[in-house]
Formats: sequence, C-alpha cells, structure tokens
Amino acid sequence: MAEAVDYKIIGERPVRPDGVDKVTGRAQYGADLSLPNTLIGSVLRSPHAHARIKSIDVTAALSMQGVYAAITSEDFASPDGEVGGEAAGSASDLAKNVMATDKVLYHGHAVAAIAASTKEIADLALDAIVVEYDVLEPVLDIDEAMKDTAPLLDPDCYTQNLPEKAEKPSNIASVMQLSGGNLEEGFAAADIIVEGEYNIPMAHQGYIEPHACTATVNEAGQATVWCCTQGHFEFRSMTAALLGMNIADLKFIASEIGGGFGGKTVVYLEPVAVLLSKIAGRPVKMTMSREEVFRATGPTSGTHCKVKVGAKKDGTLTAASAWLAYEAGAFAGAPMGPGAMCIFAPYKLENFFVEAFDVLVNKPKVAAYRAPGAPQSAHAMEIALDDLARELEMDPIDLRLKNAVQEGDQATYGPKFPRIGFKECLEAAKNHPNYKTALEEGTGRGVSAGFWFNVGMQSSAEVHVNENGTVTLVEGNPDIGGSRASMCIMASETLGIEYESIRAMIGDTESTGFSNVTGGSRTTFATGMAVVQACEDIIAQCKARAAVTWGVDEDQVEWQDGQAIPAPGVNADVKPLSLADIASQAHKTGGPLLGRASLNAQGPGPSFAVNICDLKVDQETGKVDVTAFTAIQDAGKAIHPDYVEGQMQGGTSQGLGWALNEEYIFDANGVMENAGFLDYRIPVASDLPMIDCHIVEVPNPTHPFGVRGVGETPIVTPLAAAANAVRDATGVRINDLPLSPPKILEALDGND
Amino acid sequence: MGGYTYVAPATVADALTILSEHKNNGTRAQVLAGGTDLLVQMRSGDNAGRAIVDIKNIKESNNLVFGETETFIGAAISSAVLNESEKLKELFPGLLEAADLIGSTQIQGRATIAGNLCNASPAGDTIPALIANSGVCVISGPSGERQMAVEEFVTGVGTNALSSEEFVLGLRLPNPALRTSDAYLRFIPRTEMDIAVAGAGVSLSLSEDGTCIAARVAIGAVAPTALLVEDAAEAIVGSKLDEGALSKASEACSGAASPISDKRGTAEYRRKVVGVLCKRAAVIARDRALS
Amino acid sequence: MSNKVQIQSSVNGEIVDFLCDPQETLLDVLRNRLSLTGTKEGCATGDCGACSVLLDGRLTCSCLVLGVEAVDKEITTIEGISEKDGLHPIQRKFLERAALQCGICTPGLIVATKALLEKHKDPDEETIRYWLAGNLCRCTGYDKIVRAVQDAAKELSYEA
Repeated sequence: MAEAVDYKIIGERPVRPDGVDKVTGRAQYGADLSLPNTLIGSVLRSPHAHARIKSIDVTAALSMQGVYAAITSEDFASPDGEVGGEAAGSASDLAKNVMATDKVLYHGHAVAAIAASTKEIADLALDAIVVEYDVLEPVLDIDEAMKDTAPLLDPDCYTQNLPEKAEKPSNIASVMQLSGGNLEEGFAAADIIVEGEYNIPMAHQGYIEPHACTATVNEAGQATVWCCTQGHFEFRSMTAALLGMNIADLKFIASEIGGGFGGKTVVYLEPVAVLLSKIAGRPVKMTMSREEVFRATGPTSGTHCKVKVGAKKDGTLTAASAWLAYEAGAFAGAPMGPGAMCIFAPYKLENFFVEAFDVLVNKPKVAAYRAPGAPQSAHAMEIALDDLARELEMDPIDLRLKNAVQEGDQATYGPKFPRIGFKECLEAAKNHPNYKTALEEGTGRGVSAGFWFNVGMQSSAEVHVNENGTVTLVEGNPDIGGSRASMCIMASETLGIEYESIRAMIGDTESTGFSNVTGGSRTTFATGMAVVQACEDIIAQCKARAAVTWGVDEDQVEWQDGQAIPAPGVNADVKPLSLADIASQAHKTGGPLLGRASLNAQGPGPSFAVNICDLKVDQETGKVDVTAFTAIQDAGKAIHPDYVEGQMQGGTSQGLGWALNEEYIFDANGVMENAGFLDYRIPVASDLPMIDCHIVEVPNPTHPFGVRGVGETPIVTPLAAAANAVRDATGVRINDLPLSPPKILEALDGND
Repeated sequence: MGGYTYVAPATVADALTILSEHKNNGTRAQVLAGGTDLLVQMRSGDNAGRAIVDIKNIKESNNLVFGETETFIGAAISSAVLNESEKLKELFPGLLEAADLIGSTQIQGRATIAGNLCNASPAGDTIPALIANSGVCVISGPSGERQMAVEEFVTGVGTNALSSEEFVLGLRLPNPALRTSDAYLRFIPRTEMDIAVAGAGVSLSLSEDGTCIAARVAIGAVAPTALLVEDAAEAIVGSKLDEGALSKASEACSGAASPISDKRGTAEYRRKVVGVLCKRAAVIARDRALS
Repeated sequence: MSNKVQIQSSVNGEIVDFLCDPQETLLDVLRNRLSLTGTKEGCATGDCGACSVLLDGRLTCSCLVLGVEAVDKEITTIEGISEKDGLHPIQRKFLERAALQCGICTPGLIVATKALLEKHKDPDEETIRYWLAGNLCRCTGYDKIVRAVQDAAKELSYEA
C-alpha cells in the first residue's frame, strides 16, 4: 500500500525519452511511412444521410488505367459476436460501419473503396463508381428519433434491456436504469427542488492527426499494417474479425499517434487497406482528409438530459432523478452507461433514479471521447447543483462538500468507494487563490465537480537488461501523451537505476504481449503496474545471480538502490553488485536478463476533479472570454507531474471548447455543415488563459506507487463550470451548449 | 478533364496576353495572388483543371506607392508585408487591422487585400474597410487600365466585375485628410481563425472642435455583398459622436443589413451585432482622428 | 495527362530539384517527393498550422502554397531547425517544459515560434498567443507551449 514516501524520481519532471524525435520531425506518425511500390487507397462515401443501396457498380472504375482494386461490403466477412476491448461492440455493426451493406446510415458512410497508383487516379475512379440509392428520410433529432412515428434506421432494432421484449422495433437500441432508495420519499423530504432540461451537442475529439495506415499483404496472405491507433492489438482483433482472417496472419505496428482521445480505438481504414492490398498485391496507403475525419469517424453523442434534485435547507441532498438520452449515431453503442453511472457518483444519495437511452440517429456512429458519456450528464447535474446553491444562498463548494462521497460510501453506480480524494479536491478548491480573488466587474465565476471510474484491463511489459546494465522496456500501449516517460520513471524507481539509462519502446503485435488500448485512463495505472512487476522480476533474477556469484542463498541477497547487497546479518565479504555488474557477467551466471509481466489490472482508482472558471461576457455581443481557470484533480500519485498537468490542461481546453463553441451542425438532409477546423471551432491559443493546475495526491492503494488514472476526468467538469460562470456573469441561466454568442445574446435580450 | 498549368508572367502585358489566349481558346484561367482562398477551393468542390496565372512576379503588383494625394497598394503584397509598413499603418490603421484579421500568422504571410476583395466573400474583412476608405480598384485589361469603386466591384456572393481577360493590379486609396482616420471591427466567436459573423468599417473626419464633418460606414457579412451605409454616416456627421448619434448609426447599420442565418450566426444576431460594431468602430476612428 | 514541372528550390539550405504537378501543394512536395515528413498535414486548408514552414523566412502554411511557387525560394522545415551542435533552444525548451503530448502539432509550432522570436525578441503572453493562434494543439491547452516559448525567448535574448 502506497503512503507518502520519499521517492527518488517519481514526481520529478525529466525530459521524455521520445522527445528529441518529436521536436525534430523525425518521429513517424500514421501518414509518414512510405513503402516502395505503394498504391493509394480512397473511399467512396455516401452523399445521403439515410438511403437504401440498390446497386453498386465498380466495373468502370476497375477498368481505368492505374486502378488495381475496388471493393464493396461484399468483399468483407459477415462477422458476429463482439469485438474490441474498452469500446467493445457488435462485430457485425462494426463491419457495416467500415463498409455499408444494404443501407447507408449517415452522410459520409463508406460504400466502396479503390486502390490506384496515385491519389488523383483513385479519386477519378471513385467518381466512376455507380451507386443507385433509394433515398430515405433521415432521423436527425434525438427526441424525434425516440418517437413511435420516426423512420427506422434498423427495422430489426428491438429495444434491449426492457423487462419484456419490445413489441415493435424502434430507434431506441437499449435502455438502462439505476435506482436506489425511494425516490418519492426522497423528494417529499426535500425543502427545495430544482430541475432542468439540458442539451449538449455532438462533438468531436478533434485530434490533429487524421486517421492513416499502410497495409501490405504477401502471397501467403500474411498482412502487416502500420497505423496510428490507440491500441494495435484491438485493431488486429477487429480487422481479423471483419476480414475473416487468422490473427496470426496479421501484424500491426503502431506508429506514433497524433492524438486520439478515444477516437482512435476503432478501425475505419485498416481492414479496407488490408483487403485492397490483398487484391492488388501491393502495399496500400490510406489517409483521411480532415473532412472525412469529421464526417465519417466517431464523435461523441449529442445528449438530451432532464435532471431533478431535492435538498434540505442545509443543503443535504434528499433525492435526485435523471432522464438521459444519448445519440448513438448510426449503430447502437452510445456511452449512456457510463453517463448514467457518473451523473450522481460524486454525491451521497440514498434516493435516486436514472433512466438512460441509447438512440439511433442518422449521424456518424459515436466513438469513445475522454470519459465517454460523463461530461454530458455531469453538465446537467452540476448546473442543477449550482441552481440549488443559489436558491439556498449557499457557497457552491460547501454544497458539494456537504454531500461529497468518501471512502466507504456506497456509490450510486454500485460498489463502495475505496480511498478517494473528492473532499480533498473540494477543500483545495475552496482554499485556492483563484477562488478567493475578487471578481472584476462583468466577470462571473463558476465551479463544478466531476468523476470518472478509470479502468484497469490487460497489459504486458518486458524488461530487457542490456549487457552494460542499461534497460529497454517493451510494452504495448501507444504513447499519446508522454507515457514512455512515466514508464521509464516507474522502472527507474523500482530498479534503482538512472532514468536516462532506460529506454521504452512500444512493441508491435508480434513483439510484446497483448495490451488493451491506451484509453480509459489506464496506461500509467495498468501498464505501469506491468512495468513495475517486470522490473521486480528482474530484481528477483538479479538477486539469484548475485547469490550464485557470492555463493550464498538467494534469500541472503537484498536489492537496494540499484544494487544487490548481502541481507543484514549475512556474513559475506563481498562488494555490492550493480545492475551493470550483474549484466556484464550474465553470460556466466545463466544468460541474459529478461523480466516480464502480464496482467489484467484490478482496482483502478476513481479520480475526482473540481474546476473554478472565471469569465467575462460582452453584454452587447454575447462573447465569452475565459479570464482564469483552475483545474484541481486527485491523481493518486503524479508519476510525471508535467504530463498529469498536461492531461488536466488538455481536458480543460476540450471541455471549454465544447462548452463555448464546438458542435456538429447538420442541415435538414443530415449533411454536416462545419466539417473543418474553420467552422468546427476548437480553442486556439489566444482563446485561453493559462490553466492553473492543482494536483491532489490521495494514493490509490492498489497501485504500487498510488497511481489513479488522470486522462479522462478533466473533461467532465469544464462544461458546467463555464455554464455556471456565464450564469454568474450575466444573471441568465442557459442550460444548452454551446454557450455561443448568439445563444447568450438571445438570453440576455430576453431578460431585458 | 483538362489538366492544370502554372505560369508566372513578369509583366502586366504578358499576364494580359495569357488571359486573352485562354479566353479565346475557351479554356479556364485563374489569377493567383496569395492563394489562401484559391488553393482551398481547388481542394474542395472546384477541382477542375485550369491555368493558374501567378501575378506575384509582376513588378507593379508588388508596388506600394505613397503619393501626395493617394496611396497605391499592389495586388500581390501580403498582409504581413503591409503590416510591416509603419507609414501605411499610420494612414489606414483600420484597413490594416482588417488585413491583419485575415486568418493566422501563416495566412498573413500569403493573403492579400486584393485577393480578399476578388474572392468576393460576403464576409471578406478588408472589403468594408476599403469601402469606408473610398478605395478604388485598379483593373488591368486588354484595353488598358480602368478603375472602379470597391463598393461596385463585388457583384454578388463570390462574383466580381472582372471579365476573364482582366485582373486587379492594385488598390488606390485617397490619403486621409486632416483629423481623419478609420477603424474596422468584426465579430467572430473565437479570438482568431474564424470568418466574420459581422463586420463594420468606419472612416471619419473631424473638425477642430471634434465635430464629425465627413464619414463613410460600410458593413460586411450581413448581406450578399459588403454595403456602404449612407444613413449611418449621415447619423454621425454633424455630431460629436454622442450616444444618440452612435445609436442612430448603429440602428442604420442594423436596418441596412439583410443577413442570413447559417452555421456562423443567426440573422437576428448578425443584425444586432453589426450595429454594435459600427458604434464601437466609430468611437475608435474618432479617437484615432483626434490623436 | 501529366503537366509536371521541374522546379529548383532550396530546402533547409540544400538545393533540391523536383518534378511536381502544377496544382500540387508545397506540403505534398515536401512530404511525398522530398521525404521531409516532419511537416504534417492536419487539415490541408490552412486552418491548423501543422504544415507550417518558412518561405523566404516568412511563416506560411505549406498546404496553401503550390510546389511550383517554390522556384528559387528558400524553404525551412522542421528538419532544418536543429543547429549543428544539437537542438535549437526552442526545441530544447519545448522538451523541458513538456510542451508536447502527442507531438503532431509540434513541428509546426516550433517553426512558428522560430518566426515569432525572429520578429519579436521579447513577446508578451498575448503576442505569443495571437502569433500561435494558427497552430492548433488539441492535447495541451497551450499552457506549457506558451511557457516554453517564453523560456526560449529568454534564453535567445541572453544569447544575443
């Protein structure tokens, strides 16, 4: 169990080992690889949001000079069952999303693909593909989609999880309920009840690197794929399922990855590239344009929420209920589960009820995005609490402190909380200079709190000790935000050797053990645990080698500060043996030193966050200017505080973007109108102030150094923090996002 | 599909010959200055082949001439270069602000005022600023040079008064009189990188006692083309830009606007905000004229 | 159907010759013809800055320049930023400040910062933020980037 300990390197901020290649342009990302003799793959996409495909004719395209392969869904296998790890879903739906079968379900849905000698020829060939569509009415609004009368995306979709089988199909793919206590009694006991209805728009992860891959298949049917992915092992499983291939015939090599945030946890191009390469007999490279990224990869759900909260005069919550409808996009699988489980998680609540819906609409199939589902529901709850605090004339942090969960409390989503740091975060917020600074005229302040579970899952790691005592770590999690540095720090701390003598590499699917995606805030926790265990394996081996060298028993050797030493009381006249000493003599003591560990990590530590947001509203234009922002979060233990802060600052920026400007805008036909960075407005440098970070460290007892995940919680809180600050600055409450200038001005004018 | 060709003539005459040849052959030619709009268009919808005629090698297109009564800005000079001219900034601070608002630092290094004008987007930032400054286009064509007021040059969304044998060589601006200055403001949801939701350019002259004796007000992104709003100018002429006069000018701008609702803002929002911008720009222009 | 043009240009101080289509962007030329893949494509519409290069010393999106326009021009890409004796101070400060997470925007940001610090020796925070507004970063929230630029400015002014 980790307690406040003096660490040698944990908590320091060394330069990341992969840094130099990333500041010099050497690092190879998804689109940077070029194999000799490569063809370019291109995808034909649906011009309709909802249509039946009557026929696809690729013959004219195939007959063009320079065209080597053309495929449609008929070239794919028809998989069943589930694929994927954290974002597991129906294999059949995944296949249909990668290449439409009988119907296209969103504008931009892939319908065919071409491999040609150049991009220009590939694009001309796409124009030569003839597709006949029977255009259907698109379903774009979630409330409309849930109605009995709505056109159906999938006539075989019967709502799952109902007590009895649904009588007829609908666009509601599934429902879930969570409840506790007695809601009616809870509300009856309340002195005050607040309620509201909230709409949060569909939003994209907005990673700067578009999806890209290169695949090459040899005559024996063995394929190698280079791609930017959050999890190459899961990409391998998905590709194997979609193409009916043997996993052993697929090798996936993860390139450096230019951002993912959950969006690169599912395949779009990879199975297509493999299939094209197989047919063409040459390598095939595919890259998405920015427009394709917006139209045809997975954003996160637009969400419609209703929340009702009851409290005593002293602020004690007596009951709360929520109705949450999440857009799934074209196929089932909206993050309504985590959204429902997170909404009340930070608070002690005996009486509650949550009902959540996974709703099909003619929009791209959603994918994971940083704490999937939680920002939407937290936005609703944290606004309701702000309203409650105002009505009670209570400090909003005090209101949350009064109801905050702590160790031993029953979480609304089921388990009892282990040791957590929510109250510590709230206290830190209350004492933070940002919270105590007086506000300037025209400025408002909002606070909010949030929660994310974090996950464990499977990880593998190997530690190779080189003959001079330096170390190569091999693990299977693509490094999106500095994880190589954290792995090297944890290895350095465990082995007791210099950070600089350790290198970390991300092994391909043939050179390290299975690892789930870099996602779920699990990498530093779970893969870190595997690295520590693999280092412990090395230490055990080193002790054995020292014992052989010294002619003592293994239990007479201890490992301290990177050296084997005789255990206290052992009478041996020997000099300590460093890792380098042992490595250099390894050939005499049993051969090379190779440590390994693989695990399915249990006991991830939930992470809580609190935000303070100060902003100014231009009363004549409705424009918001964020003037100060403080993010407070329990990291358990920050292995490399710079990269913990980086997660907090990055999540804040994404959350503020979503709060203020970001949204998918569709026309009446379901065509996204802002499929580019010009009009899908993510924050630019001049939009933001410095983002102050305060890392709380309440160690997670299940991790050797106390690590909790940190990557996802930071996006849960900024939406409501901004909305509450706008309320504070203007006196007007706006429940819907984004808090765009027209929306704010309309509300201000309505208030006159 | 005809392919692309690229040519960078060194003289006006050569450029005109090339344009005429294409006209006579019935082939398409398009003039390239900064390319920040053209290259994007080539990558999206309009990717058909054409001759690209780069005017950056033409000497006159690169001229920045400070005359006694007027200033000439060559069509190929980028915003970044213009903004490095202290003299130009002193003369037309508002126009330079507008030029500085076109995109990022990266875009600034390429984008030109003339290109912004020829692209004829309703939201082009420099257009209201040029109109407020009584800017005139200098157009080179087969029968020599002709001139046209900027407010007449843009004929609709994405269309202008050029024939396929002509190109804009530069812009001519009367130098500001005593106690005269300008300002341009636009509204965007972010702080940078967006297309204007509404914009307003104001140029005004003051008498010694601070009374406005002449003004031009132009608005952008609130109608198919940028508009010269004479009612707004009339509202402030004769006043010392008191709240009443500014409100009238603001209302005139809102009244003149015929905006649409789109992904960038609602019609109602644009109408309101364009008035706010006019008011604020007028105050800035006045403060500049007084300093 | 090819109208390829032969171009001579100077990239990172080296004279290079390449063939390119008239409509091909400088970005595609750098990446596909000259194998300089440090310059990244994030949008190809001038909105993200990942493809930033210096063209005759001026900061530009290489996706908005035609390859044919590079005739006799001096181009500096991220591959040309390091100095003979190691990293440029800007690169070093980005590393020391952990100003990158995924790193895809980093080459563009470093090139943009170089242009900034050549023009403004001691930029304030606002100047830095507006200068870099055309370089989108989705990972960092810009905080550590701005600090790295401030540190680099300080170091470079000491050197000067």
